[in-house]
Amino acid sequence: MIRKTIAAGLLAIGALAAPQAEAQHLRIALREDPDILDPTLSRTYVGRIVYMGLCDKLMDINERLEPIPQLATAWRWADPTTLDITIRQGVRFHDGEVMDAEAVRYSLNRHLTMQGSFRRSEMGGVTAIEIVDPQTVRIRLDRPNAAFLATLTDRAGMIVSPRAAEAAGRNFGTRPVCAGPMRFVERVAQERIVLDRFPEYWDAARIHLSRVTYLPIPDNTVRLANLQSGAVEFGERMEPDDLRSIQRNRNLRGVPVDELGYQGLTINIGNGARANTPMGRDARVRQAFELSLDRAAINQVVYEGMYTPTRQPVPPASPFHLRDFQPEPRNVPRARELLRAAGHTGPVPVELLVPNNPDLRQVGEVIQAMARESGFEVTIRASEFASALQGAVRGEFEVFLLGWSGRTDPDGNIFAFTHSTGGQNDGRYSNPEVDRLLEQARAEGDVERRRALYRQVAEISLAQDRHRIYLWHRKNVMIHSTRLTGYQPNPDGMIRLQGMRLN
Amino acid sequence: MMGWLLRRLGQILPTLLILSFLIFGLQQLMPGDPAIILAGEERGDPQVLAQIRAELRLDRPIWEQYLHWMGNVLAGDFGFSWRIRVPVSELILQKLPVTAQLATMAFIIGVVIGVPAGILSATRRDTPADWAANGVALFGISTPNFWLGIMMILLFSVHLGWLPPSGYVPLWEDPVQSLATTIMPAFVLGTGVAGVLMRHTRAAMLTALSQDYVRTARAKGLPERVVVNRHALRNALVPVVTLGTIEFGRLLAGAVLTEQIFTIPGFGKLVVDAVFNRDYPVVQGVVLATALIFVVLSLVADILYMLINPRLRQA
Repeated sequence: MIRKTIAAGLLAIGALAAPQAEAQHLRIALREDPDILDPTLSRTYVGRIVYMGLCDKLMDINERLEPIPQLATAWRWADPTTLDITIRQGVRFHDGEVMDAEAVRYSLNRHLTMQGSFRRSEMGGVTAIEIVDPQTVRIRLDRPNAAFLATLTDRAGMIVSPRAAEAAGRNFGTRPVCAGPMRFVERVAQERIVLDRFPEYWDAARIHLSRVTYLPIPDNTVRLANLQSGAVEFGERMEPDDLRSIQRNRNLRGVPVDELGYQGLTINIGNGARANTPMGRDARVRQAFELSLDRAAINQVVYEGMYTPTRQPVPPASPFHLRDFQPEPRNVPRARELLRAAGHTGPVPVELLVPNNPDLRQVGEVIQAMARESGFEVTIRASEFASALQGAVRGEFEVFLLGWSGRTDPDGNIFAFTHSTGGQNDGRYSNPEVDRLLEQARAEGDVERRRALYRQVAEISLAQDRHRIYLWHRKNVMIHSTRLTGYQPNPDGMIRLQGMRLN
Repeated sequence: MMGWLLRRLGQILPTLLILSFLIFGLQQLMPGDPAIILAGEERGDPQVLAQIRAELRLDRPIWEQYLHWMGNVLAGDFGFSWRIRVPVSELILQKLPVTAQLATMAFIIGVVIGVPAGILSATRRDTPADWAANGVALFGISTPNFWLGIMMILLFSVHLGWLPPSGYVPLWEDPVQSLATTIMPAFVLGTGVAGVLMRHTRAAMLTALSQDYVRTARAKGLPERVVVNRHALRNALVPVVTLGTIEFGRLLAGAVLTEQIFTIPGFGKLVVDAVFNRDYPVVQGVVLATALIFVVLSLVADILYMLINPRLRQA
């Protein structure tokens, strides 16, 4: 009898517990399939979303893009090239190993030395990583770098279990072991990535989800259908017009979040023979082109007016955004005047390279129509992304419509694109004065002074030289089930699991 | 018979060899440098590009790359995906059951609808039944898969909530869920197959029904059912079987758009994603595996042909 009662009681508890556990299973629809899940080797934006569950970083960022403690509890610049980081105590990796200064040193060294590392150039300038005591790591740089802290808030700051990393070598990414809130369960390429709650997580009290499954669903219509039918609870990077489709759906909520990146036009100024065009040669022609565009109207036509028109690479959320550096209003007569001054009487031919997506093609067509009124003859070349990118690197383009996912520190949005040695300066813009200002800004620790330097960069490289035409900051459209609470939007577009709960 | 079989098997190797040349050569024609894709945001750094090229042997001459790859393939090593560092053979083994299941289901749906519809429209030629069957076949052949797929998702998943909109559950994990996730894509693919099979069955049946032996069979008083099923159908099926095997091979090669829409992690999705990411080892491995499947299936078609048609056995 007693045994029966106990059995029945256990069954009842089981019945109560089971749906509870099941209910805390969050399914997130991703827009792409992530690449390898090794913080040292991975490159994709979408992969970073999965790391939010898997791998904690030395620092995280808040919604104002300031670094906040995560695996590090404190940090201090001992001098402009020496950073002391205090490591959180009592943190364990998913394999039970202790996360300490030695593990931090190991991980940072791995980023710096591993063959094929994509963190090396981000962490360029690190000359030494020293262990001061078991809870303190000292990083020495060859010169002051104000952007360095920001790199530690992303993959470069992710700490992996040294034991697991040593054992797995280059295959670590097929079974990553980190110190995040969730541990790796399985991955089926192009289908799902499954993470389970890690009970010994240092901040376990804020983790209410028992399991998170990331499902890559590239087709936007199908991603939305999954949300509408309740097959997933969260969809990231949805389309702006999806918000209207779900307006009357009481089970879904849409959250548009400002992103860190931008969409813009890269102009070939010095990359090979194709730079020898009216646009490539003459800043007045580029200015005329920019004055032909009505960013707000393009945005209205293609994106329901949801994006934020801009003239600069730094997003509004950043303290380095220049509030008074706004797009000039469209001015066709002035554009015509500039073209005449530049000696052009007939239509000025421009080839616009556009990635072959429906929305970007449409953007290209609107630009084409607007520029025609000022006297430009724009031909659109739509190209699949991989080919377009190759064309950009090799200088096989005149004007390229390209986006950037964005970084928390302004340096990550400007330097590589504007400095003459920048890795993504596809148009090969080169101005020694701008180079000098960019290097100075990188070394400047004071926010006010640094902003002043970036203002000078904008005045010269954009207002005067017009080497790029920035168009708008996009919005990350997140749609999630109303059962989900605790989602905290952040401009970086990441999905932080802390505090999330399914009701 | 044995000699013929050996000869056919002997043809497989050279076929695959020529194919491997083609795969490798065509890939080189594709624009888009894999090193630039892999370098991501560091694409402008010549050092990073050189490092990637060296690691993946992209800096070697093309024939050397080919020999290296072929040598490994002969040793059973298909290389690993550049993008996610998983062995290609593992990816193929992971996706093959998925595609096989989908293809089998689609094929069954295609045969169950297509063949009877073909027989019906041939025996009831120029009646409303014939017209209806033709209409269905036309619909099956001409409706784009992605459109039908999205419409089905909107109807059965979003509005009615009967079926999951996308994804895949393996058969051995949960058979019911597995069928639920694959029935829509299988139906979408099956309608296409049904249309093709229906048209061909109809044509072959009409030819068979006008043959002398059918007139003889009718003249000697056999019931129409026996005339159709035993005499006409058996002969009419010969070309249909060949066609069916080819259709099955096509399904196995991966239904690119359908898999993309329903997010079914099969061959088609694997190879498309690999092409867009310039993940050459995956493209090569999958195309080679697909070619092997095709070659084997055409052999199977020939064997089936012989079993159905005794006259071919002596040849």
